[in-house]
Amino acid sequence: MAKETLRLGAGAGFQGDRFEPAIVLAEQGQLDYLVFECLAERTIALAQRARLQDPEQGYDIYLRRRIEPLLAAMKRRGFRIITNMGAANPEAAGRAVIECARRAGIPIKVAVLSGDDVHSKLHSDIRVLETGAPLSHYRDVISANAYLGVEALLPALTSDADIIITGRVADPSLFLAPIVHHFGWPLDDWTRLGQGTVVGHLMECAGQVTGGYFVDPGKKPVTDLAHLGFPIAEVRSDGEVVISKVAGTGGCIDERTVTEQLLYEVTDPAAYVTPDVVADFTGVRLESLGKDRVRVNGGHGRGRTSTYKVSIGYRAGFRGEGEISYAGENAEARARLAGEILSARLGEDYPDLRLDYIGSSSVHRTDFGHPHTPYEVRLRAAALAATAGAAERIGEEVEALFTNGPAGGGGARKYVQEVIGIISCLLAREQVQGRVTILESHPLHETV
Amino acid sequence: MKLYDLAHCRAGDKGNTSILSLIAYRKEDFARLANSVTADAVKRHLKDIVRGSVVRHELPGLHALQFVCEDALLTGVTTSLAMDTHGKALSSALLEMEI
Repeated sequence: MAKETLRLGAGAGFQGDRFEPAIVLAEQGQLDYLVFECLAERTIALAQRARLQDPEQGYDIYLRRRIEPLLAAMKRRGFRIITNMGAANPEAAGRAVIECARRAGIPIKVAVLSGDDVHSKLHSDIRVLETGAPLSHYRDVISANAYLGVEALLPALTSDADIIITGRVADPSLFLAPIVHHFGWPLDDWTRLGQGTVVGHLMECAGQVTGGYFVDPGKKPVTDLAHLGFPIAEVRSDGEVVISKVAGTGGCIDERTVTEQLLYEVTDPAAYVTPDVVADFTGVRLESLGKDRVRVNGGHGRGRTSTYKVSIGYRAGFRGEGEISYAGENAEARARLAGEILSARLGEDYPDLRLDYIGSSSVHRTDFGHPHTPYEVRLRAAALAATAGAAERIGEEVEALFTNGPAGGGGARKYVQEVIGIISCLLAREQVQGRVTILESHPLHETV
Repeated sequence: MKLYDLAHCRAGDKGNTSILSLIAYRKEDFARLANSVTADAVKRHLKDIVRGSVVRHELPGLHALQFVCEDALLTGVTTSLAMDTHGKALSSALLEMEI
């Protein structure tokens, strides 16, 4: 009989997340699954670009660094790892992890889920969701990945693989899949899939539900953020969950942190669309069970859509940027004059030239009319250009303000970066097929 | 009074859409927020940031409101020229609103 409570840990909430909390979870979380969500929309397009240059690349650059320190604990404690760190090349990611295990002398099996790459299935007349324009409007498409769901993950879970590596999978599905697998939920039990999606959504950003990205000193205090612990979901067979963390780690879990994460990035709380279900968060109830434990239930859902969402990456030119600082008396006036000079020198060739005054109005693009006199202001100029060479001119003109601009400018910096744009479209379910491959680090026939 | 005194907020993004939650610290303040922080009022407050429409969702069980702001991120995280391409700091912009 299945364990009554399934314990899932979130080991990372984005590609650049911290490494240590997963090690704490692995040793002290009493986990059944440790899940790493590391794949933002743009990350997979950048990974695809890397794969085009080297066919053995294109998976998460931190894959080994995250997984290698966990292998021994994984075998000793008996939990499984699920991650989308396969990015644009899950097969190569699987081989890399197998290589880690061989070096460490730890026998493991890895299940690789692929099939999310649908680049070859897109027609040029398919409609882009954001603009309604045909895909042919975007000339240089470099990646197209469907958000796979639980159904695609289940064959990997049914295998005896220790680690499951995927490319693009809907973030909540990474958590929902082991719940569905463990409790044997039918794939049309929309209510439980809706509640399970609530669990996945609360967990997918890791520390964002345990007090990370929440603290405001004096207003929303949280203790020991330096040692922020990542969350554990204790899930029952009906989908009810308690969000908790390892005792002694930093951060906090209360109704406020859980509410912020529940609503994070949700465009319609009554219809949160995933490949698995259209989840409804409007009936969700939270109840604090004491220190760092919140019970969550009341998530609902209705039938899934007939399509998969596809995330498409395209080359969108180059971003050129330059920055320079002014400080002391009349700093803002000198920064603004420098901005006017840049507009005169660049405005004709770069009509979208953007000027920001860091320290004054750069973050909100307004100061809501607050009267204030900053001691220092950093001018930042940015524009998009078709070529790297054209983008470089932005930083060049900022740097030239040293001897051709207002008094006292300092600390000029210039940057050029290729821009990968992301758009999306829908693709009929029957056009997308997940495929699972099993890799073994120490296969029997190689044993001597 | 600023919203900052009554509520907290987290900003999320989907493409060129900014999604701003507004969560009352105290359940009893939810009705006041629901009355005064209308979609129109938020659109006026964020007029220099949000170019498109503002839609409000109500979540009384969580004493929260959710504002979905279209055309708010200078094309969105991947191609925006803004400093804060995700619009993550827009949570603080909403809390600057006076009621």
